[in-house]
Amino acid sequence: MRYLIVLVLVCLGSTGWAQNWEDRQVFNDTDAATTLRIISSTDTDLFAPLIDTFVARNPDIAIEYLVTGTADIDLRFRNTPEAFDIAISSAMDLQLKLVNDGYALPLENVAHLPWAEWRQSLFAFTSEPAAIVINRAAFDGMAIPQSRQELIEALRARPDVFRNRVGTYDVRQSGLGYLFATQDARASETFWRLMEVMGGLDVRLYCCSGDMIDDLTDGTIAVAYNVLGSYAEARAESQSTLEIILPSDFPTTMMRTAFVSRATKKPQTAAQFIQFLVSYQSSPVDGAGLLPLLSEKENGAERRAIALEPALMTFLDRLKRNKFLSEWESALIQK
Amino acid sequence: MDSPGVSGSLRNQLALTLIGGAAVLALLLFFAVRSYAVQVAQQGQNNILEASVTSMLDAAAIRDGRIELDLPYAAFSMLATPADDRVFYAILQDGVHLSGYEDLAFSQGATGGNLMFEIGEMRGGAVQKISASRTLIGANNRTEVQIVLAQTQDALSETLDQISRNAALLGLGFFGLAAALSFWATSATIGQLGKLTSSVTRRGPQDLSPFTKPVPREMAPLVTSLNSLMGRLDQSLSRSEDFIAEAAHRVRTPLATVRSYAEATLQRVDKEENREAMRSMVKAIDESSRAAGQLLDHAMITFRADHLEREEIDLVVVARELVLRLTPIADMKDLSLTLRGDPHVPYSGDLVLIQNAVRNLIDNAMKYSPAEGAIEVAVALHPRPQIRVCDRGPGFPTDEIEALTTRFRRGANAANTIGSGLGLTIAREVAQAHGGQIELANQEGGGACVTLSF
Ligand SMILES: Nc1ncnc2c1ncn2[C@@H]1O[C@H](COP(=O)(O)OP(=O)(O)OP(=O)(O)O)[C@@H](O)[C@H]1O
Ligand SMILES: [Mg+2]
Repeated sequence: MRYLIVLVLVCLGSTGWAQNWEDRQVFNDTDAATTLRIISSTDTDLFAPLIDTFVARNPDIAIEYLVTGTADIDLRFRNTPEAFDIAISSAMDLQLKLVNDGYALPLENVAHLPWAEWRQSLFAFTSEPAAIVINRAAFDGMAIPQSRQELIEALRARPDVFRNRVGTYDVRQSGLGYLFATQDARASETFWRLMEVMGGLDVRLYCCSGDMIDDLTDGTIAVAYNVLGSYAEARAESQSTLEIILPSDFPTTMMRTAFVSRATKKPQTAAQFIQFLVSYQSSPVDGAGLLPLLSEKENGAERRAIALEPALMTFLDRLKRNKFLSEWESALIQK
Repeated sequence: MDSPGVSGSLRNQLALTLIGGAAVLALLLFFAVRSYAVQVAQQGQNNILEASVTSMLDAAAIRDGRIELDLPYAAFSMLATPADDRVFYAILQDGVHLSGYEDLAFSQGATGGNLMFEIGEMRGGAVQKISASRTLIGANNRTEVQIVLAQTQDALSETLDQISRNAALLGLGFFGLAAALSFWATSATIGQLGKLTSSVTRRGPQDLSPFTKPVPREMAPLVTSLNSLMGRLDQSLSRSEDFIAEAAHRVRTPLATVRSYAEATLQRVDKEENREAMRSMVKAIDESSRAAGQLLDHAMITFRADHLEREEIDLVVVARELVLRLTPIADMKDLSLTLRGDPHVPYSGDLVLIQNAVRNLIDNAMKYSPAEGAIEVAVALHPRPQIRVCDRGPGFPTDEIEALTTRFRRGANAANTIGSGLGLTIAREVAQAHGGQIELANQEGGGACVTLSF
């Protein structure tokens, strides 16, 4: 009887959890002694090859992989840091602030490049530039814009074509979108002019890159600004229809980061996973996974990613965020 | 010679003092460098915190009656450290929390633009805090914005560790150098003393001249005292020598005069009992004269034995001269005095002393052997340079033979002869002063034999 209740509770619990997650998957479910709970913003498909390799090498470790948005990761982690062993997110600023606030466990024996690590706690493992992705059909016979400036000109030239057919992140919802937008705004005024132009064309706002690429692929929108090129590339069917442009004026490159929760009960196993993650992503092994590798260079040119430093917390300041969002809204949502 | 009582070592004392001083200085250097570095490093962090908080305050403005604070990216960017120090901040308006970390507190509230530093604890790390405030004046209100900024001190302590290591190395290096220097200085100083010592030791026994070689100023008093001591010694030595010669002269001369008067009187006195008295008087005078001569000789020998004046001599030559000189006296007693042995026996010794000793031996042989006896002086090189005087007299009284070389000791056979009992003593002391010995023996066919070997 007792067992039945426990079983029911477990089932209820797991289904209860499942409803809250974008995705939830357990690797090496059967014969594992310990289970690592990883909360992540990266789609399971992209991460699966890496985890498969890890559990193949460590058959006694199982991995429960939970996917949710970057802002949600921050929220959930702050509420129940003991519920997760590892947090993985593309929102570098939120991750850095979690580490700054003391939620991360420093790992002594993870050797990593100094610029890709913070406090020996937060470890970057991909380099992913923000891209302009366009549907080739909309630019048939036209010059393809290579920079933000050229994109502004292209949009201004044919407003009727692009009206209601440009998309970007809704930075109020997406942590990664906010990071890209703030870094762009920091780098150049061009960003605000582009926002105003997009606002004038009744921009569509997306919570997640997946939806944006879906709409782009089926032609609902013609231009997506600040999407992760890696997500677009991952879509096999998009190869022919989409063109990924890395803006030539200034790059905004994000690094996915991971850290081990200070409240974890399996620090050894979690550290082992981070070690594996870092080395797997630094030097490609057996055919490599789907995630972009961590590299300092992009297409031969020096492309420094957004620095892992306390300055990332600047735009997380409440006053600063309010100010930025109101400027963003007034530029983009022109009612 | 007695070695002086030794207490402590000047070298050790000097070396210890210098090395101890160096150690204390090295420690002082270490702590001074370290504390200075702590100050500088802390000042460096404070300066950056100050710049950061100032740039944050500068971004504060009142717009539409509300506070707007557009945090500059550089404010946090400049706080990046190699050790990835954590940063915390809080923005307060008139003491009410506006943004940032709510759990970051500063002991004091806003103080009208003054900067304040404080050390504290924040989320499991020691932090250096700064607080600064600024008064903003709007259209119809005035309000005070306070910003508290805190940073952990990982980079600072890393730097300090490194500086401490370097300061320790510096201190050690300094100490090593100073220790080597003090060893060098010590041995250089002690070396001067050693030089003086060896130049004193190297001197000949008669060399009592003052030291004239230059010495360091500190040693000059010592050398001056040494020189004056030697001067006095030299003076008193030559005075004693003079004194002995003078004393011999003074005693002998009046005695000779008295004797010659007694002799003359003896010629004139006819009464047998008076003549007998005069004869005993002459004998007593002879005894005194002999005693005085032997005493002074003995004194001279005792004195010279400490400062032998060795020179290269040939013992055969010495013996021959004495034989020649004493032959007339021997002839008076119908004694034959012969010399035999090796043709040359070179030896380095004090001529005056050896002459004196041999003369005493020949003297004894002549004195104690009967008339027409034969006296033989033999000089040999082997086994050791030696001079032997043998006679054909009655020989030494056997039961006394051991004691005859002691002072004033005369044998039973000496009752009728004039003597003081110092002759053999002188001979023994001369032999011993030269590191040799005297041997008394009776010959098988009768007669005494005395051997001086050097
Ligand atoms: N050649 C000798 N034959 C026998 N007895 C001797 C001989 N030489 C020394 N003696 C004995 O040894 C004693 C000590 O001799 P020593 O020369 O010391 O004294 P001395 O001859 O009596 O006095 P002086 O001091 O005047 O020589 C003598 O008194 C004598 O008894
Ligand atoms: Mg004699």
